[in-house]
Amino acid sequence: MEISRRSLLNTVATGAAVSALPIGRARAQAKPVFKIGVMNDQSGPYRDTGGLTSVACAKLAVAEFASLMQGYTVEVISADHQNKPDVGAGIARQWYDQDGVDLVLDVPNSGVALAVAGVAKEKNKAYVNSGAASSDITGAQCSPNTVHWTYDTWILAQSTGGATVKAGGDTWYFITADYAFGKKLESDTTALIKAAKGSVKGSSTYPFPGTTDFSSFLLQAQSSGAKVLGLANAGGDTINSIKQAKEFGLTMDIAALLMFISDVHALGLDVAGGLHLTESFYWDLNDRTRAFTKRILPSTPKNYPNMDHAGCYAGSLHFMKALNSIGPAAAKASGRAIIDAMKALPTDDDCFGKGSIRADGRGMFNSYLFQVKKPAESKGPWDYYKLIQTSEPAQAWRPLADGGCAFIKS
Amino acid sequence: MLMVLGYNIGPLLAQSVLGMVNGAFYALLSLGLAVIFGLLNIINFAHGALYMLGAVVSWWLLTYLGIGYWPSLVIAPILVGAFGVVLERTMISKLYKLDHLYGLLLTFGIALIVEGLARNEFGSSGLPYAVPAALRGATKLGFMIMPTYRLWVVVASFVICMSTWIVLEKTSIGATLRAATENAALVQAFGVNVPRLVTLTYGSGVALAALAGVMAAPVYSVNPNMGSDVIIVVFAVVVIGGMGSILGSILTGFSLGLLEGFTKFIYPEASGVVVFVLMIAVLLTRPAGLFGKAS
Amino acid sequence: MSASTSSTYWGFTKAQIVALVIMLAVIAIAPTAVYPVFLMKVMCFALFASAFNLLIGYVGLLSFGHSAYFGMGCYIGAYAAKAWGFPAELCVILAGVVAAAMGAVFGAIAIRRQGIYFAMITLALAQFTYFLCTQMAFTGGEDGIQQVPRPFLLGMFSLSSDMAIYWMVAGVFLIGFFGIFRIIHSPFGQVLKAIRENEPRAISLGYRVDQYKLIAFVLSTFIAGAAGGMKALVFGIATLSDVTWQSSGEIVLTTLLGGLGTIFGPAIGAVIVNTLQFYLSPFGSWVTITQGIIFVTCVMLFRRGVIGELADKLKIAL
Repeated sequence: MEISRRSLLNTVATGAAVSALPIGRARAQAKPVFKIGVMNDQSGPYRDTGGLTSVACAKLAVAEFASLMQGYTVEVISADHQNKPDVGAGIARQWYDQDGVDLVLDVPNSGVALAVAGVAKEKNKAYVNSGAASSDITGAQCSPNTVHWTYDTWILAQSTGGATVKAGGDTWYFITADYAFGKKLESDTTALIKAAKGSVKGSSTYPFPGTTDFSSFLLQAQSSGAKVLGLANAGGDTINSIKQAKEFGLTMDIAALLMFISDVHALGLDVAGGLHLTESFYWDLNDRTRAFTKRILPSTPKNYPNMDHAGCYAGSLHFMKALNSIGPAAAKASGRAIIDAMKALPTDDDCFGKGSIRADGRGMFNSYLFQVKKPAESKGPWDYYKLIQTSEPAQAWRPLADGGCAFIKS
Repeated sequence: MLMVLGYNIGPLLAQSVLGMVNGAFYALLSLGLAVIFGLLNIINFAHGALYMLGAVVSWWLLTYLGIGYWPSLVIAPILVGAFGVVLERTMISKLYKLDHLYGLLLTFGIALIVEGLARNEFGSSGLPYAVPAALRGATKLGFMIMPTYRLWVVVASFVICMSTWIVLEKTSIGATLRAATENAALVQAFGVNVPRLVTLTYGSGVALAALAGVMAAPVYSVNPNMGSDVIIVVFAVVVIGGMGSILGSILTGFSLGLLEGFTKFIYPEASGVVVFVLMIAVLLTRPAGLFGKAS
Repeated sequence: MSASTSSTYWGFTKAQIVALVIMLAVIAIAPTAVYPVFLMKVMCFALFASAFNLLIGYVGLLSFGHSAYFGMGCYIGAYAAKAWGFPAELCVILAGVVAAAMGAVFGAIAIRRQGIYFAMITLALAQFTYFLCTQMAFTGGEDGIQQVPRPFLLGMFSLSSDMAIYWMVAGVFLIGFFGIFRIIHSPFGQVLKAIRENEPRAISLGYRVDQYKLIAFVLSTFIAGAAGGMKALVFGIATLSDVTWQSSGEIVLTTLLGGLGTIFGPAIGAVIVNTLQFYLSPFGSWVTITQGIIFVTCVMLFRRGVIGELADKLKIAL
């Protein structure tokens, strides 16, 4: 029978292809394993602001908490979302469905962050965001499964934007990364400028990621006649914008609304010196932050921690405290229960000190306005910031009622 | 301020000058593509990747061997051109007898490999490449402050493009090349080693791409994606100019940069799409392109 | 293609029937062992590749911008489900219809030229679509259309569980698969093949070649769009990734690897390409590099693809 021989070969071919497919795993273990999945940009413009340093921070938290874990163990895995919302949502779906991940952590890039929030809610799993900025994460698009730890566009607008307006910068032109983060940062800052009777002369939005040449936007900004160039972008884009503004002899004040210490490092103090910026963590802030930095540096020698990294450490730590408080079984059953426990417990860690998580998922910590030091003022490696102003949690963050978070009202 | 009919045209001029910088790269890249297409009938999809490779090699020369921008302008194109020769000899040359589509697919695969390796090595955020000392600083043009390096790019690219065109149109090497394009068998019969000619042509086209890459490094920083961002635009330039038309691609390259500059002033959001609109318009009215011969 | 037409069932040869039964069995059994979301992704891309194959394999047209139609289908499907609350089947059909309308316009422009020119024009038109997608408000720009709820099928069956939507995806895939098969084996399909083999001859025989090409283009874009709409429903998201020219290249790779002009090739290609992506995605750019290597190997060593070579070895049509 000729046909049967062929079909046999066919079966072999198809069978080989199928056996190579991802097979679902079932595992039975004595102690339940909780998995933290750190998802961020590990190859693109945000790889230094988040990236592998965030992974190291989560691992440090797990190692330090190991002796306190009550009846469970914790593993850390990581993935690169390439700044693509579909990739991020796909990884989150597979992590939650297949790989037994209980907490997705970090997720810079607000577009990806919101996509992942949707998956976490659908699967009723826990999600702690540190790297993304959009204030919608605890506002219009809030979720009972999300904690937004570190910062958001609202405090950036209030703190950095507010300082610029106070110094007389009342007319603005924005260069904006064309996605959830940039647009939200622009709109939050615009609201602040308008409230202070200032005006916005225009804005250029550019495709993200993939834009390296900002010259034509800079020229548009210059010819708009505005006093302040507002950069509603981050990471490598902010670095390029500032460098090129210098090349083209731009005479405007620059408000880099989101800048991390890693960006300052990349720019150098001769270029960045004098800029104002806002972070909720600085390694050289106090004894506890210095102690944390000393512990993390051996695993990230080239990159000092910024607030995003610190948020990954503190968020992991608080997640494990929540596991202790409700127990592994309840935690495995519902991500929302973990998040609720995180909100019920006060936070306390070396990076952010004492704080709390608000009902809408907003982390409530101090926020700091810094000025970047001039080269002459800097005493040692990564000695970059002068503290200008400290905002207490109650003043720093957007009031709960203004966020428009739906599940709070009901 | 320059005023025309009551309008301040300074910003428009400024955007146009910037557009010319992009146009300079479009022209250099489409020139190489047109040369390769003219003789080999291959759509060199790897062109963008080889442009990127030019930038990467010059970054590598600077970082690891301390070889600066000026020597790089010569060394990087030679190295990448040699790589092109290897590609042509080992792979592309085996496909001439097949449907041209396979050449497109092969070079597409090569582009994926080269870009993937670069991304693995350098990430996708770009490596800064300093402007050479002699071209640092800015020039005041009256309506704008222009970094001197970018002016140099426009001038250098124009000179290179025109010299290539003169070589191809006015010298005996060029005549042989063009003859080989028309009828390879006949030229072979005259004792010209056509396969070698073809190999060298591919190598030169690739070297042109690498040269563009070296020149682009200080402007756009060295980025693994720089090639794939630009290659489709360059394809459109070649289609608009007329496939295989050398002068067509040079002129279209520069004009397109200018047109993009204008668009950025008038309606910035459309600047990325204007090239494709133009291409569709040209195809509907002159299917062979502005400078191409109807087939 | 050396198909002997001796004894066929609905146009299928005996060997194809056997392969078909195996395929049906795999679709039925696989979700018990393999992550269903992964399988659904494979089926979406298998259908997309089959639609693409209709053009390259049976008309000889290399459309290098086919992701425009698939990606637009994603957006339309996602938007219809999220903003209008359409039932699943309408989302998928609408995605196909919009993609086909686009295909009719772009196809009419592109078929004015042949060969590589055609490829480049379709590529540029796809890039044009990409820019439209970044600018149009409904696509959500770089963020895409997110958190799309899984709609009900026929307004009554919930698709919220992975297995429920799996059967719908399998159903749509099979309908598309049979549809393409019937098109190929219809008199219309025979004319397409004649155009592929010798276009001037087909013209001289009195066929309006351009019309045939355009209809094939529209059919292919319809199916590609429907496949896209389905993917959006499965993953609950539609983004620019599916409209990029890189994803157009990926579908060329899928089809080439499986076997141009074979019935089962694109599906096998989709299985291999997606499996590779699944395993290589933790290793950064190795997905791209491997894809490049496969491309080069296919073009240099086995241009008939996996199924094409297999069919050739066994002297049957698959």
